[in-house]
Amino acid sequence: MNGKLVQSIREAIALSGLKSGMSISFHHHLRNGDYTLNRVMNEIAAMGIRELTLNASSIFDTHAPLEEHIRNHVVTKINTNYMSAALGHRISEGLMDAPVDFRTHGGRPRDIALGNTPIDVAFIAAPTADCAGNCSGKYGPSACGSLGYAFPDAMYAKKVIVITDNLVPYPMKGWSIPEIYVDYVVEVDAIGNPAGIVSGTTRITRDPVGLIMAETAVKVIQHSGLLQDGFSFQTGAGGASLAAASFLKDVMLRDGIRGSFASGGITGYLVDMLSAGCFESLMDVQCFDLKAVESIRTNPAHQEISAMQYASPAAASAVVDKLDVVILGATEVDTDFNVNVHTDSSGMIMGGSGGHSDTAAGAKLAMIIAPLFRARLPIVTDHVSCISTPGRDIDVLVTQRGVAVNPKNQELMLRLKDAGLPVIPIDELKTMAECITGKPNKPVRSGRTVANVIYRDGTLMDTIQSV
Amino acid sequence: MSKIIRRATAGTLESSDVFVTLEPHDSGVEIELDSVVRNQFGPAILKAVEEVLAECGVNSAKVIVVDRGALDCVIRARVETAVERGKGE
Repeated sequence: MNGKLVQSIREAIALSGLKSGMSISFHHHLRNGDYTLNRVMNEIAAMGIRELTLNASSIFDTHAPLEEHIRNHVVTKINTNYMSAALGHRISEGLMDAPVDFRTHGGRPRDIALGNTPIDVAFIAAPTADCAGNCSGKYGPSACGSLGYAFPDAMYAKKVIVITDNLVPYPMKGWSIPEIYVDYVVEVDAIGNPAGIVSGTTRITRDPVGLIMAETAVKVIQHSGLLQDGFSFQTGAGGASLAAASFLKDVMLRDGIRGSFASGGITGYLVDMLSAGCFESLMDVQCFDLKAVESIRTNPAHQEISAMQYASPAAASAVVDKLDVVILGATEVDTDFNVNVHTDSSGMIMGGSGGHSDTAAGAKLAMIIAPLFRARLPIVTDHVSCISTPGRDIDVLVTQRGVAVNPKNQELMLRLKDAGLPVIPIDELKTMAECITGKPNKPVRSGRTVANVIYRDGTLMDTIQSV
Repeated sequence: MSKIIRRATAGTLESSDVFVTLEPHDSGVEIELDSVVRNQFGPAILKAVEEVLAECGVNSAKVIVVDRGALDCVIRARVETAVERGKGE
């Protein structure tokens, strides 16, 4: 007897009771290789269901077909933490009537748990599942590793549909999300393309500018006073951030420093640091490459965490609050240290906070690493086009020409100056860049609001205008 | 004074570079600009192209500029090179 296993996505949708005007959700661990969101949306559109709220932890270029569903009013509202340029540019041009609500990786589970963004039906793409819905991302042909962002959806949605391309006999071993939350299970031929699940950005930079920034970043960490036994660390998957992780590993091994954990999106570089003894554990909300997937499957010290445990301000405690150092990126930083990761310099949507604001708020040292300018556009401006993370949470900006310390952190300023690092005021970095690039004309912000940027505590941080 | 007598190009489409194409033209200078930083630097890019052409004594040419965020000095160098390649002896 098995009432959960159904024959098709369409049957599962029908059984879930999904109706026009309801809210659906997706997780993004299959990244740009995901087939599931598009397949489910096509079924929903074909069934004549309309005016849905789409709550997706991130939206990638592969989800560009959403444009058609928005034009046809199948989707009339979007809640997400990140939106890449393909759909982002259309949103900036005014595709939707209702503004997109951007949250953070911690703010999304907070608002789901508090009932602010209720989910009627959650669709969970699962690389392995059994007929009762016990599921995991660690095994199967489409293995993606951690399923961290799917936990709040599974726990709080009224109905949960698990979609898998690797159905195994009950009970599956090593499940992450248990059957108690799951209503229906569907087997499909493929939930995603493994080649797209692995990020293209998880390669160390060879760009000399990136390498100088990475070296400087590690010197800042060394002299911050935080690099000692028990050290905890997070970094993104950008080339310069990975180079910093690699240089940091050398310093930790040379000085015999045994850290506590590294967290966040996990790459092979952090797996190497775990194997080398730099950390006791990895706290993994998402795997970025196959080496990370292999490690979370085989190494008990490499642990899966939910989005709530990672970053939710509504959780009793969260990993980000235990962080010593986080290295983050930026498309723009202003002279008050506010950071933009949502839009490009023309104001077009091409990203989102993800865990940016959460880790910046939690870490003792929040570092932005960015070149002085990119393709003639200075990184430091008077006012960022969009405030993604407030300057009060940022401690230091590292560029190839110097390090700017937020005046609120005088202790760090003194430590770095004493260590002989090139500490300079942030407005001097701005002047330095403009001497090389020329002074850019700032596009005027006009038009209507196409997106709200909601801070992790639920307050409105900024709005994004149509371009 | 230099006359552009053949189609000539300089530069690449890499980020932070510019690809400049010069073509013979009957009268005057005609510039077509496509730039990722047009909003921020459009007038500055046109000014750089016009100044280099004037310095080289080119007063009739069709110029196609595909800019990927090149610095002013890069734009000037690419235009000058294209002129050298396209002008008559």
